Amino acid sequence: MEKMQQVVGRARAAFNSGRCRSLEFRLQQLKALERMVQEKEKEILAAIKADLHKCGHNAYSHELLGVLGELALAMDKLPSWAAPQPVKKNLLTMRDEAYICPEPLGVVLIIGAWNYPFVLVMQPLIGAIAAGNAVVVKPSEISENTARLVADLLPQYLDRELYSVVTGGVPETTELLTQRFDHILYTGNSAVGKIVMAAAAKHLTPVTLELGGKSPCYIDKDCDLAVACRRITWGKYMNCGQTCIAPDYILCDPSIQSKVVENIKAALQEFYGEDVKSSPDYERIINKRHFKRIVGLLEGQKIAHGGQTDEASCFIAPTILTDVSPESKVMEEEIFGPVLPILTVKSVDEAIEFINRREKPLALYVFSNNKKLIRQVISETSSGGVTANDVFMHALVPDLPFGGVGNSGMGAYHGKHSFETFSHRRACLIKDLKMEVVNKLRYPPSSQKKVDW
Amino acid sequence: QPSFEAYFTEILLCKNELNGTLNNLSHWMKDEHVDKNLVTQLDSAFIRKDPYGVVLIIAPWNYPIHLFLVPLIGAIAAGNCVVVKPSETTKNSERLVAEMLSCYLDNDCFAVVTASVQETTRLLENKFDYIFFTGTPSVGRIIMTAAAKHLTPVTLELGGKNPCYVSDTCDVQNVAQRVAWGRFFNAGQTCIAPDYILCSVEMQEKLMPALREAITEFFGSNPRESPDFGRIVGDKQFRRVRALLCSGRVAIGGQTDEKERYIAPTVLADVLPSDPAMQEEIFGPILPIVVVANMDEAIDFINARPRPLAIYAFSCDSKVVNQVLERTSSGGFCGNDTLMHVTLTSLPFGGIGSSGLGKYHGKFTFDTFSHHRGCLHRNMGLEALNALRYPPYTQQKLGLLTATFEIKRKGMCTLL
Repeated sequence: MEKMQQVVGRARAAFNSGRCRSLEFRLQQLKALERMVQEKEKEILAAIKADLHKCGHNAYSHELLGVLGELALAMDKLPSWAAPQPVKKNLLTMRDEAYICPEPLGVVLIIGAWNYPFVLVMQPLIGAIAAGNAVVVKPSEISENTARLVADLLPQYLDRELYSVVTGGVPETTELLTQRFDHILYTGNSAVGKIVMAAAAKHLTPVTLELGGKSPCYIDKDCDLAVACRRITWGKYMNCGQTCIAPDYILCDPSIQSKVVENIKAALQEFYGEDVKSSPDYERIINKRHFKRIVGLLEGQKIAHGGQTDEASCFIAPTILTDVSPESKVMEEEIFGPVLPILTVKSVDEAIEFINRREKPLALYVFSNNKKLIRQVISETSSGGVTANDVFMHALVPDLPFGGVGNSGMGAYHGKHSFETFSHRRACLIKDLKMEVVNKLRYPPSSQKKVDW
Repeated sequence: QPSFEAYFTEILLCKNELNGTLNNLSHWMKDEHVDKNLVTQLDSAFIRKDPYGVVLIIAPWNYPIHLFLVPLIGAIAAGNCVVVKPSETTKNSERLVAEMLSCYLDNDCFAVVTASVQETTRLLENKFDYIFFTGTPSVGRIIMTAAAKHLTPVTLELGGKNPCYVSDTCDVQNVAQRVAWGRFFNAGQTCIAPDYILCSVEMQEKLMPALREAITEFFGSNPRESPDFGRIVGDKQFRRVRALLCSGRVAIGGQTDEKERYIAPTVLADVLPSDPAMQEEIFGPILPIVVVANMDEAIDFINARPRPLAIYAFSCDSKVVNQVLERTSSGGFCGNDTLMHVTLTSLPFGGIGSSGLGKYHGKFTFDTFSHHRGCLHRNMGLEALNALRYPPYTQQKLGLLTATFEIKRKGMCTLL
């Protein structure tokens, strides 16, 4: 109880001291973070491996590469991001100074998720520091090794009062959420997202909610199936399907369903070999609870490929389901596992209608050689983001905002968007105390003459 | 509301917004192409401005047309359908809005709901895709809590006590006019009105006759007879504001008439932080002066309180104005004048902390009501380039991958 209040109180006092306002200070902290990632690379990769059975190469490219890129971008661009932006003036303000001043919000709370446990706390943290805030980080307790590591490492490299880590589960997070923050960024599921927003509402705290949903993947008849399926296979089974923007299910014409299955099988063979279980590049489900949940989704389904499981190691083989019914359990919730349902639709219009009957997803994928069809799918649906003819890649373009809409979330971050999310854009108008003559027009007593002018 | 004021805020400013939107909409709607990294060089990366869907706009009573119309303009511009809930306090405007909109706009896409507090609570149980609310912080909390049930994003334009610091080096007459204008406009019922003055005891002395002169110039010797001075909107609000008069001492004005809901343009001197007028947003034609020793004390006073919607600072010394700006936090800031920063549509209008969340005016309204969707349209060819990212992983692949993904530092890119 006391502890949360103290942590946040310390952060607020540190923020009020003003030392994180200067660009030099922020750059210094970002540089220290960069050093941390470089010096402690081995420890970070080991923690991720312990949590997700993820090999070093994967962990490096999934998590560290992105963090280093974000750090380099922030350090490079910070002076221009933080500079006051002059704005277009009107006749009445011609002689004045009018600009937008980006300012820190205060104390920011970042709640991480377990599936990419390092980057999902680090990337928001970078933006929050760059914007001049104090930060409290709450890594997910489910990825406990990474959580412990983050709690150990951050105080070794960053200002301890301004930037702190709180560990713990639901009770600790609930307690933390009773405190007042100036912004909360939460990555996780929609159910908890609602709880976070309701808690934030008590303090009128703005929130960024990075949630999830079922990201649809439409494959048109007119496309290079081998390429499309390889890209989809990469995205679907990466991190054992535990990615918020993984293609959740496929929609395609019944005539190509079996070809899609064949192509995905071929790609799986290419990636993981004959015996997936012994491939060092294939991850595991995070814990028994999620393992059981995903296995439950297979019940009553037509398994076209895969389906093997091993509870002891939380292993679920890359699995494909065909002729899936829209009403089945596997189509009710975000799968977040290596199970790929294929549903057949007779046309792109039917696919669009199907997608629109459901909650807005975080990502939407469409594969086609037909540019017009792609434009149609994009313009007739809504989603957090879109990649056409590939998966994930829109999340890797730093200048594209990354976030959801509707049930998949609100707000966005990455790159400059992180800086803006964690800043207040303060409108500033500085006038002269002279030139009162011009003001006379607006003062009472009024007359039609004044109005006409 | 006096007709001149009404014309200015309800018609002129709204026309401004409409024209600005009509002139720029096609540009705002365009897909915004963004810089790409090495891997996506041959692709099309852009931000699409998608409508949210069904938007709810809840408007307050103080500028009953402006405060639903300006958000409505942005919501329509962004392609949404809209439900407008005008304030039930200003019955005439409420009725007018309900009648007007159905005559001019598509009746399926745009609707007006007239509702009491209980009915509004029921309205909020429905799922909206965006909620735009202007009103008090306490109701703002209720709105956001209701929105949380459906994960509906919100913009809350709230309020607070907007401090007005007047330094010792200033043109007293000009300051008095600008502050009086801002305070007594719409009989003080403006969310960005200067709520109270902070100044030295000497400046308080100098300001008083200047304020008296300004008030007389604006409203004559009997403001009650001036067509340019407004009234309090309702009996409840009148009684609330009148109760604030027992703070400090009445130096100017102080007369009231309950039947007319008239409160004279009033200046209170030597007000203490513990006085009633300093406990809540005044939202009436009363201007308390709180004496502070110097600028530092003024800044500390401001920072010890919730962040306001606006902060005003008056000084002939630009360093003083900048100090107040840099050492405080607020929705917006205006140096050497009041209210004017919100008439420039290129500036975002919104609060921070308990004074609000989100912003609008000009393009910011359009952006508020659009979902900025990140889109990447890739090539189906060049699959060879993707080979680096697929398993099985090797150290060599990782090295090359690192090289292609590295964010360029100051221009130089690493080539394979």
